[in-house]
Amino acid sequence: MTTTDSSLEAFRQELTEWLQANCPASVLKGAEAQPTEAERNAWLEAFAGRGYTTPTWPKEYGGGGLSKEETKVLHQEVARTASYMPIVSFFGTAMLGPVLLEFANEEQKQEHLPKITRGEINWCQGYSEPGSGSDLASLQTRAVREGDQYLINGSKIWTTGADQADWIFCLVRTDTEVPKHDGISFILFDMHQPGVTISPIPLISGASDFCQVFFEDVKAEARNLVGTLNGGWTIAKRLLQHERQMLSAGPAAGDEGASRPKKGASAKPKAPKSMLAETARRYLTDQGEQLAEPALRDRIVQYELDSLCLGLSLKRSGQQARAGQGPGAATSMFKLYASELNKRRSEILMSVRGADGLGWSGDAFAPIDLFETRGWLRSKGNSIEGGTSEVQLNVIAKRVLGLPD
Amino acid sequence: MSLVLTEEQELLKETAAEFLREHAPVTHLRELRDCEDAVGFSKKLWKEMAALGWAGIPFEEAFGGADLGLAELGVVLEECGRTLAPYPFLSTVVMGGGVVAAAGSDAQKQAILPGVCAGDTILALAFQETGRFSPYAISTKAEAASGGFKLSGEKVFVFDGHVADHLIVAARTSGVAGDRDGLTLFLVDAGTEGCDVTRTNTIDSRNTARVQLSGVAVGSDAVLGEIGAGADLLDRTFDRATAALSAELVGISTEVFERTVTYLKTREQFGVLIGTFQALKHRAAEMFCQVELSQAVALDALRALDEDRPGTSRLVSAAKARCSDTASLVTCEGLQMHGGIGMTDEEEIGLFLKRAKVAELSLGDAAYHRDRFARLTGF
Ligand SMILES: Cc1cc2nc3c(=O)[nH]c(=O)nc-3n(C[C@H](O)[C@H](O)[C@H](O)COP(=O)(O)OP(=O)(O)OC[C@H]3O[C@@H](n4cnc5c(N)ncnc54)[C@H](O)[C@@H]3O)c2cc1C
Ligand SMILES: Cc1cc2nc3c(=O)[nH]c(=O)nc-3n(C[C@H](O)[C@H](O)[C@H](O)COP(=O)(O)OP(=O)(O)OC[C@H]3O[C@@H](n4cnc5c(N)ncnc54)[C@H](O)[C@@H]3O)c2cc1C
Repeated sequence: MTTTDSSLEAFRQELTEWLQANCPASVLKGAEAQPTEAERNAWLEAFAGRGYTTPTWPKEYGGGGLSKEETKVLHQEVARTASYMPIVSFFGTAMLGPVLLEFANEEQKQEHLPKITRGEINWCQGYSEPGSGSDLASLQTRAVREGDQYLINGSKIWTTGADQADWIFCLVRTDTEVPKHDGISFILFDMHQPGVTISPIPLISGASDFCQVFFEDVKAEARNLVGTLNGGWTIAKRLLQHERQMLSAGPAAGDEGASRPKKGASAKPKAPKSMLAETARRYLTDQGEQLAEPALRDRIVQYELDSLCLGLSLKRSGQQARAGQGPGAATSMFKLYASELNKRRSEILMSVRGADGLGWSGDAFAPIDLFETRGWLRSKGNSIEGGTSEVQLNVIAKRVLGLPD
Repeated sequence: MSLVLTEEQELLKETAAEFLREHAPVTHLRELRDCEDAVGFSKKLWKEMAALGWAGIPFEEAFGGADLGLAELGVVLEECGRTLAPYPFLSTVVMGGGVVAAAGSDAQKQAILPGVCAGDTILALAFQETGRFSPYAISTKAEAASGGFKLSGEKVFVFDGHVADHLIVAARTSGVAGDRDGLTLFLVDAGTEGCDVTRTNTIDSRNTARVQLSGVAVGSDAVLGEIGAGADLLDRTFDRATAALSAELVGISTEVFERTVTYLKTREQFGVLIGTFQALKHRAAEMFCQVELSQAVALDALRALDEDRPGTSRLVSAAKARCSDTASLVTCEGLQMHGGIGMTDEEEIGLFLKRAKVAELSLGDAAYHRDRFARLTGF
């Protein structure tokens, strides 16, 4: 869908009026008071009610029905008016939603998409298993048909946010007699039921973002199997491309000081990350106003340049993509580069800050320093989650370059 | 110039490896961390290490020491790196004890060193005031007062400061922060009035403190070495500590490297061991080369200090730069090659990553030491 200049201006006009009327006073830019929980919820509800949490999705499924240009205007106007944009779990909006739009039947779309838009259901991703990480297609979790249901048995691991999730989109084996890729199905089910056991796994950063999940005779309605029986691998791969595209848009791309779109993020605004160059300026020497070590200075500059180039490349690829065309194998390049770059950013921040950045907890360290340091530890997972860097390189070599196995 | 361990050193290495694996394996550090131990290490175990002679390695026999060199201490520290044993070698033996042995009066040596060698006395060198290491960026003031000095200022990142019996404080008797001249070292009883020590929690679950000095009164017999010439002592101490830290980094790298190679030989994906993938094989081979280079330069730096060879400082910087880079490479690659498990607190790789980062950024990181190497080479 494209939009003419005049209709775009009309849209902007209408939108600013709507924002003025619906954005709570405490959320307006420059407001003195912090928004209360209720005001935050009201802001989210109003925003999601217009489908703006998923602006490009069709209106019939709760989306905003906006064109790309209109979405850009939406982001501009919200940034101008409000102190933050309400967001709902990226598992639903950036990963599951797009594949439902492409592969689900009408009934499934009607049931699940509007709830994603409104942030009513928290989703988690049941892909990896203890024995199946990079070799995802070897997964063993079984689903056996019984009447109108499937009975699920097995275990998933590294499942981000499973302990906060209401539903899971899950890869299950529905045929054990065929080659591994041909016996996988993509199914949705409720996590709040007997037989689901969830144990959070603490990360090196101290948080427990991810969990191991066990299924014992867990029930999924047969109508919630998406696409065709045993045809789940195609959907699984498609979803990974959407995931990689989302992961590419991290803080490393352009380093705008924005926080990374965290999977499963709530509507609460997060502390913005500090900018690398800004931090570096804090550690200038008095003499000559340069960082003391030229080697460190050079690393910062290399990072800044690469981040600028990544941001531009992402923009360029966005402009090249024809309307309606989803992400392709090239997303592996962006996922690879963005995650490696974010790791580099965190490493440099550690180097720049020296002992200031070595704190784990306590008020001897500035909160922002503690936050960045935990972020450094968490960043090590960037090149593992969503497919490791090695897997991305393999995808590029095989699918983009056509190199033989 | 030998670049291999002597027979006695090999023996020491075996003893240390065996002792630490039994009494201070990585789980020991984890336990101390999880129960938020107030000391951060076991004083009883430190006494046992002292009984084995390790706390007295570089000190004269007259004080209860073994009269050996940094090379021997490096052997023990390398093994500490392999098990992440959080014991006060750097603070008490290399830095604090080193300053007293080099510049203390007979009375000061008598008062301090026997306790150090016996594992009873803990020392800490309070020098750092800035985030990034900068040796003479010291503003803490030492003002002449009746019968001695008054010390005022704030120190950060003081290794083992929270359990030290005595602090060795670097302060200014003249000049301004950044000047090499005008620094003086003082031996301060940690219980002295006005001396406020707070433990800080760092990522490696080891022991550092902030020290606030508010007009701490010391006598003139607290001065270590010459007034105003403390930078010479600091330089010497930093070099020795930096080389010792390099040995610990070598231990960390070697251990993580070996564990990672073992993992490549155990974990299967796509129906084969992940070690069959050339993408990982080559990087493991590359790590092997880096670890070998680090072992050689760390050992030579320690030997050069023992032999007082010309050009030693330059070699020390080469060692710290190389060993920091290697440890950073190996811990990051090790984590990556473990996949999701590597990100868990339960897997020990993360503990090595955290300690390696602290050691890397302490006493000057690779960038600092490459720059220093260039300056000492004359460009
Ligand atoms: C923070 C975080 C969040 C996560 N969230 C989720 C989630 O929400 N849901 C979910 O399902 N999963 C999640 N994961 C799991 C993630 O997708 C897997 O960890 C990842 O796919 C790697 O699998 P593995 O851990 O089994 O490692 P392995 O596959 O065992 O890999 C070990 C090492 O071998 C390498 N390797 C494997 N195969 C090859 C090859 N052919 N060539 C070269 N090298 C190879 C890998 O790159 C890696 O370095 C998350 C992981 C992390 C770290
Ligand atoms: C200056 C020079 C002097 C030489 N002198 C001699 C000599 O005195 N006597 C003699 O017999 N030969 C000599 N050689 C030849 C040399 O040994 C070969 O060029 C070399 O073994 C590579 O073989 P190739 O040229 O057939 O390249 P290929 O084997 O075709 O390699 C092409 C590329 O593929 C890579 N490659 C190949 N196999 C693998 C693999 N398994 N994994 C990853 N990458 C791989 C290579 O590294 C290379 O980049 C010399 C070569 C040079 C450049």
